[in-house]
Amino acid sequence: MEKKKSNKGLIIALLALAVLIAVVPLFAQRGADFGGSDDAGSQMVSEITGTEYEPWFTPVLETMLGGELPGEVESLLFCVQTGIGVGIIAFGFGYLVARRKYQKPGETPRADRAAGKAGAV
Amino acid sequence: MAKKWTKNERRFVGVITVLSLFLAAAPAASAMHIMEGYLPAGQCAVWGVVCLPFLAAGLVGIRRTVKNQRKALILLAMSGAFIFVISSLKIPSVTGSCSHMTGTGLAAILFGPFQVSVLGIIVLLFQAILLAHGGITSLGANTFSMAIAGPIFAWALYMLCKKLKVNRKVSIFLAACLGDLFTYCVTSLQLAAAYPSEAGGFFASAVKFLGVFAPTQLPLAIIEGILTVVIIIGMETYAKPELRDIGFLEEVG
Repeated sequence: MEKKKSNKGLIIALLALAVLIAVVPLFAQRGADFGGSDDAGSQMVSEITGTEYEPWFTPVLETMLGGELPGEVESLLFCVQTGIGVGIIAFGFGYLVARRKYQKPGETPRADRAAGKAGAV
Repeated sequence: MAKKWTKNERRFVGVITVLSLFLAAAPAASAMHIMEGYLPAGQCAVWGVVCLPFLAAGLVGIRRTVKNQRKALILLAMSGAFIFVISSLKIPSVTGSCSHMTGTGLAAILFGPFQVSVLGIIVLLFQAILLAHGGITSLGANTFSMAIAGPIFAWALYMLCKKLKVNRKVSIFLAACLGDLFTYCVTSLQLAAAYPSEAGGFFASAVKFLGVFAPTQLPLAIIEGILTVVIIIGMETYAKPELRDIGFLEEVG
């Protein structure tokens, strides 16, 4: 298990680095509005074509709502998306970690034996 | 990846491929992060049709995984969930705008370049319908860049690194990171094809779009590489039998 220990340090270092990369721009670019780069893309479209581009199709939901999705609801939906993903990943790791923890010593989990349980996912 | 495809499976992919060649009028669409209504209808259809064979191959691949490597399903589910999480996080970047990652590298490295196309299109549909992010008309183009071109690039790069005996963690990092960047390069080219600039044509326009996406995406691609490495370390620790089953880990121990 000494290999696992060295991985732990590596994982912490890597995660810290990832957070750092994500947070530094906030301080480095104070006052920037941090809009989406997708929007920057559409501005570039207007710049190249020289006119304000009119999208020929509006998102289905916006048509149904008769306007843009409220910002708070949009962030709700983004959270739902994140939540679904995190839930599945957490379930998966929970399953895998517990399997290893309760394994009888010397026993290796075999694919066919775990199949039934994993298949229920 | 395990055994050769059966005749029926080959036939299925073959028929879809042929269909897609003729079905230029299919109401599908494509691409990640090209906004709704920003691609000419013709190009939407073309990208959608281009995606079909890959999606068909992906469906066959997933069916085979379900059948032959049932216990590895949990890894497939987790790879899909990884795309869900990663592509919902908008992260500030050095250029002062936000963007998000694709997360498709993980599934491509684990399951090969095709199955991820199906996972990717689920995420894109979710975002296009509920979040007005990307779009139904640009679904084909976005699927092509994020769920097909990027993952194929990532997978090829990973295989290359494996051949060259690069350290595994380093190869995973490179594959996921550059696969993410490649997705945005493809998006730029798709936009350039739709909006060639008057002065310089396709290339001038491509350079302009790359100028918008690339600097923003670079730090995010690095984050994606890091997260992919972290999650694979976790899987290597706890899911050795499954990884061996899908051929990711060959050697025992």
